[in-house]
Amino acid sequence: MSKFKTSVFIISLLPVSWLIYALFTHQLGANPIEAITRDLGDWAMRFLWLTLLITPLRWLTGWNQLMTIRRMLGLYVFFYAVLHVTMYLWLDQFFEWDEILKDIIKRPFITIGFFTFTALIPLVITSNNRMVKKLGGRRWKKLHRLTYAIAIATSVHFYMMVKQDKTEPLFYIALLVLLLGVRIYKYYQKQRLKLAPAS
Amino acid sequence: MNIKKNRWNEPAASDITDYDVYLKRRDFLAGGAALALGSVSGLALAKEAPAIPSPTWTDLVSSNLSIDEKKTSFRDVTTYNNFYEFGTGKDSPARNAVGFPDNSQPWKIVVEGECDNPGSYGYDDFIKPYPLEERIYRMRCVEGWSMVIPWVGFSLSDVLKQAKPNSKAKFVEFTTLYDPDIMIKRNVLDWPYTEGLRIDEAMNPLTMLAVGLYGQELLGQNGAPIRLVVPWKYGFKSIKSIVGIRFVEEMPQSAWMKAGPTEYGFYSNVNPDVPHPRWSQSRERRIGELRKRKTLMFNGYADHVASLYEGMDLVKNF
Repeated sequence: MSKFKTSVFIISLLPVSWLIYALFTHQLGANPIEAITRDLGDWAMRFLWLTLLITPLRWLTGWNQLMTIRRMLGLYVFFYAVLHVTMYLWLDQFFEWDEILKDIIKRPFITIGFFTFTALIPLVITSNNRMVKKLGGRRWKKLHRLTYAIAIATSVHFYMMVKQDKTEPLFYIALLVLLLGVRIYKYYQKQRLKLAPAS
Repeated sequence: MNIKKNRWNEPAASDITDYDVYLKRRDFLAGGAALALGSVSGLALAKEAPAIPSPTWTDLVSSNLSIDEKKTSFRDVTTYNNFYEFGTGKDSPARNAVGFPDNSQPWKIVVEGECDNPGSYGYDDFIKPYPLEERIYRMRCVEGWSMVIPWVGFSLSDVLKQAKPNSKAKFVEFTTLYDPDIMIKRNVLDWPYTEGLRIDEAMNPLTMLAVGLYGQELLGQNGAPIRLVVPWKYGFKSIKSIVGIRFVEEMPQSAWMKAGPTEYGFYSNVNPDVPHPRWSQSRERRIGELRKRKTLMFNGYADHVASLYEGMDLVKNF
């Protein structure tokens, strides 16, 4: 692993390390379980936004080494999402499956969260080189466009979870609009070039 | 520098942080820039817990309405609050309401509307006629957490009787102070915050006006100097920092009803069988406990209040 990659790997572990430290030093307030669950969700979302930042950043800077960390960032999305969901299943619901099922059915933001998490699984399974080869680049790419849908669903999940002050979810939605917007812009630009008559 | 202390012997927020800086910090947070830096910085800011001040009252009578359950710690009661006028984070009110209310300015409470004896009172005159007692009540937030709080205060009915409501007084509407100079400027809710009770709910002996907790005068984040406590309803009904009490004929629209008419009803009784779209309401986390508890009908006060709702469809009248 390159030095760059190793640094990113270690830095990405800082949020969870901080949470563990904060928990044992009683810095998470009166409701630590809620604080941890929400924070882990926040970090899953932030890493997802970061993976979506790689491609536009590469266009902008031509810094191709960025591609070497995209898969790792994607796996960190899953890492934080798994911890987030585990907190919910364990310390929020205590593995009472009938309650959890009711929750998934009756509370729309949890319904969306559940499907969002589930959608991450095929992407993780197909994340290694062998699977990329097996699927073929084009099919793999097509499958991994699911990331866009996951990001949109994540925003909705967050927006619906917040009770009244929507400032924070709107901030992340604005970032996502930007991240997806540049892709749409680029796509249409390409189309126009294709359509332009050869001179 | 002459550091002004408030009545809890704490320096005012304006003495710790320059007022402009204080406001800018909040705007900065609201703008979301700090959020991008991550919750690490957000959590680090949360560490300014108020010291436990010495008791204001030492010989309080304990009410027979008190429950015998473990009290939530003073620290948790005073650092985990919903008081959106002072910020929307759970820890924001404790940080932003330091030194509120300003004791050099008189606190006025207006009693008006459909009554024969309306009036405008200074805080001291307002509470003087009523003997204070300690009442340990459960407090259940609509968000699925709960506390046990030893309030200091008196029954609201004492005040209402004094005002002599007339026959048109079917409901009571309460108003919180809104002062944009010291409170949030964004319209998170339609300020000022208002709440309402049906007159029989307001007259129920459980319904109280609290001026303190844990034997001490209320801190800003808990709704100083005077607030409502309605223990069988979700916490947001227990309106804080009251400046107005008005008798009305029509059911008033509360701030939360305006914000989410399908989510927050006028009654908002604690009811494990009526879920909220965001929270199931069948269980709750008692602050300080790990496992969740089953939520009790009317928050465990059914014996006192179930008769108020006889024959009513509580799913429809949520």
